[in-house]
Amino acid sequence: MAKELMKGNVAIAEAAVRAGLNAYFGYPITPQTELLEYLSSRMPELGRTFLQAESELGAVNMVYGAACTGARVMSSSSSPGTSLMMEGISYIAGTELPVVIVDVMRGGPGLGNIAPAQADYNQIVHGGGHGDYHPIVLAPANIQEAIDLTYGAFDLAEKYRSLVVILADGSLGQMMEPAELPEMKPAIMRTPDWATYGSEGRKKRILSSIYLDPPEQEKTNFRLEHRWQEIKANEVQYKEYFLEDADYAVVGFGTSGRIALSAVRAARAKGIKIGLFRPVSLAPYPEKELFELSKRLKGLLVVEMNAGQMLEDVLNITRRQIPVEFYGRMGGILPMPEEIEAEIDLLVNEPTAANGHPRDRWLARFGKKN
Amino acid sequence: MENVTMEEQLVYDRPESMASVQTHYCPGCTHGVAHRLVAEVIDEMGIKDNMIGVASVGCSVFAYNYFDFDFVQAPHGRAPAMATGVKRVLPHRFVMTYQGDGDLASIGMGEIVAAAARGENITVIFLNNANYGMTGGQMAPTTLPGQKTSSSPSGRDIEVAGFPIRTAEMLATLDGAGYVVRRSLHDPKNIRMAKKSVRLAFETQKHGLGFSLVELLSTCPTNWGLTPIQALKWVEDAMIPYYPIGDYKVNPALKELKI
Repeated sequence: MAKELMKGNVAIAEAAVRAGLNAYFGYPITPQTELLEYLSSRMPELGRTFLQAESELGAVNMVYGAACTGARVMSSSSSPGTSLMMEGISYIAGTELPVVIVDVMRGGPGLGNIAPAQADYNQIVHGGGHGDYHPIVLAPANIQEAIDLTYGAFDLAEKYRSLVVILADGSLGQMMEPAELPEMKPAIMRTPDWATYGSEGRKKRILSSIYLDPPEQEKTNFRLEHRWQEIKANEVQYKEYFLEDADYAVVGFGTSGRIALSAVRAARAKGIKIGLFRPVSLAPYPEKELFELSKRLKGLLVVEMNAGQMLEDVLNITRRQIPVEFYGRMGGILPMPEEIEAEIDLLVNEPTAANGHPRDRWLARFGKKN
Repeated sequence: MENVTMEEQLVYDRPESMASVQTHYCPGCTHGVAHRLVAEVIDEMGIKDNMIGVASVGCSVFAYNYFDFDFVQAPHGRAPAMATGVKRVLPHRFVMTYQGDGDLASIGMGEIVAAAARGENITVIFLNNANYGMTGGQMAPTTLPGQKTSSSPSGRDIEVAGFPIRTAEMLATLDGAGYVVRRSLHDPKNIRMAKKSVRLAFETQKHGLGFSLVELLSTCPTNWGLTPIQALKWVEDAMIPYYPIGDYKVNPALKELKI
C-alpha cells in the first residue's frame, strides 16, 4: 500500500478502524479532537458504533460496558480528560477487560494548555487509578509507529485481557507525516468464555471488579500480578540507535526520544560516541535491556517533556552504577535538538559525581539559564 | 396415617429469572419485591436469555447474584453509561440498570440525564428509599425536608442541604424519554401497578421508543428505625405526598399496545 500524508490523530483513528474497531466512545478535548471527529463520520460509514459521550467519565464507562460484550472498543482523550477516566480505568483493570485508550498528552497540571507534553507518564505507567494494576503502555515517536502500535494494540489487549494505552503527545497528534496504513479488517465481535452478551444456551455470566471476600480479592490481585510477569517476559519493545560502539546514551520516549535522535546525530558528527535508547513499551519497560546497556556506558542522559518522571525508573533500573543526567522541558514546550546537544556536551566533558539527584542538578542549571 | 391424594395446584413459585439464592436484603426491605416484579416481567416476556443487566453501587450492588441472566457491575453512578456501551454494540439485546437513589440521583445524575436525553434504549429500575442504605442511612438527594438520617441528625435542613430531587418529573422533561413513571411498593394494589409499569418500561425498549424508567418508592426499615409495617406506612404518609405516584411521560405508541 502506498504512503499517504496523514495527521497523527487521524492516522491513529484509521489504524484502529482497520484493526477491526467495533465501537468508539469519546469526548472532545484538544489536542486529541481530530481523532474523535474523524471517527464520527468513518465509523457510521462502515456501520460501526460511534458515540460522543457526555464526558470522559461517560466515555470510559461506555467503553467499559461495550468491552464486556466481547466487542473491540477504544476511547481517546488528552491529559485532563484522561485524569477523569482514571476511575473507569481502574474498574476495567479490575474486571480484566481488553480496552484500548489513546492519551494525546498536553501541558499540565490542571487545565494547563494544549501544547505537547509527556507529564502523564506517572499517571499512566504507574497508575493514576486505585489498586494494583498494570496497563500495557506503548509510546510512538512517529506516525508510522503510532499506526503500527495502534493496529497491534487490540490483539495485545485481548491476548492478556488487559488495558492498552497508546501514550502519544500533542505534537504527534497534530503533525502530518507520510505513512502506510495496514490491511482493513471487519468490525470484530468476539465471544470469549467470559463475555456477557446474553446467556442463551449457557449459564449466566457476571463481569465485576468486586471481590468482597479479601482472600478472593487477593487471589485476583495475584492473578493480575502473575499475568503482568508474563507480559513483562514477552511484550517489551524498544529501539536502539548508534549504540553498538557507544560510550554514552540518551534515553527518551516518544517525541522527546525522536528529538534527541537529532541531537545524537549532531554529537556523532562531532565525534562523540553516543547513541539513543528509546523505550517503545513504557510498560512493560525494557528494564533488562537498559541495565545491560548501562553496564558498558560511561554516562546516560534522560530527556523528557516533564520534570523527570521516567528518570526515576531509569535511576532504579541502572542502579546508580553510572552517572545519569536529566534534561526536561515542561508546560507544553518541546526540547530543541541544540539544547539536548549542549546537555550531551556537558555529560561528556564535565562529568559530575554520581551522588546527588540528576533532577536537582538540572534544576540548578536551568535556574541559572532562566 | 391415611394416605390422602390431593391434586397439587401451584399458586406461587420463584420466577425463572431469579437465581435460587438467599439475598442480603434486610427484613421488610422492598428491594425483594422490586426484584421479583422485574423477574416476573422478564419471564412473561421470554427475554431472560436476551438480557444484560447492569448493577449499580449501593444496596443493590449484588443484584447480579439474584437475577439469573448475564450481568455486569458498574462504578457508582455510572450504570447508565455502561448500559449505553452494552446496548450500542448489542442493539437487539435488552439492557437494564437497577439503581438506587444515591447512585442515580446524586453521584450518577450526569450519566442518567445524558442517557435519557439521548433516548438511550435502556430500561432503568430506580429504587427511591430516601437515604443511602448500604453505607448506613446517610442523607440522599431524595431525603425529605426534616428527615433524620445519620448525616442529617437534626433532620434535613433545606437552608443547608437544599431540596430533594423529584427524579421522574425531571427526566420526563427530556425528549429522549419514552416512558417515565413513579410507582410505590407499599401495598398490594400499588405493587400490581408497579409490575404493569415495569412491563411497559421493557415494552418501551422492545419497541425502540427510547429511554424508560420506573421510579419505585421503597422502604428502608433498618435505617429509618421503623418496623417493616411502620415503614410501609411512612412511604404512604410521608413519601407519596412529596413524590406523587404518576405517569410523567408515556409515549403515545405505548397506549396502543395490547399486553
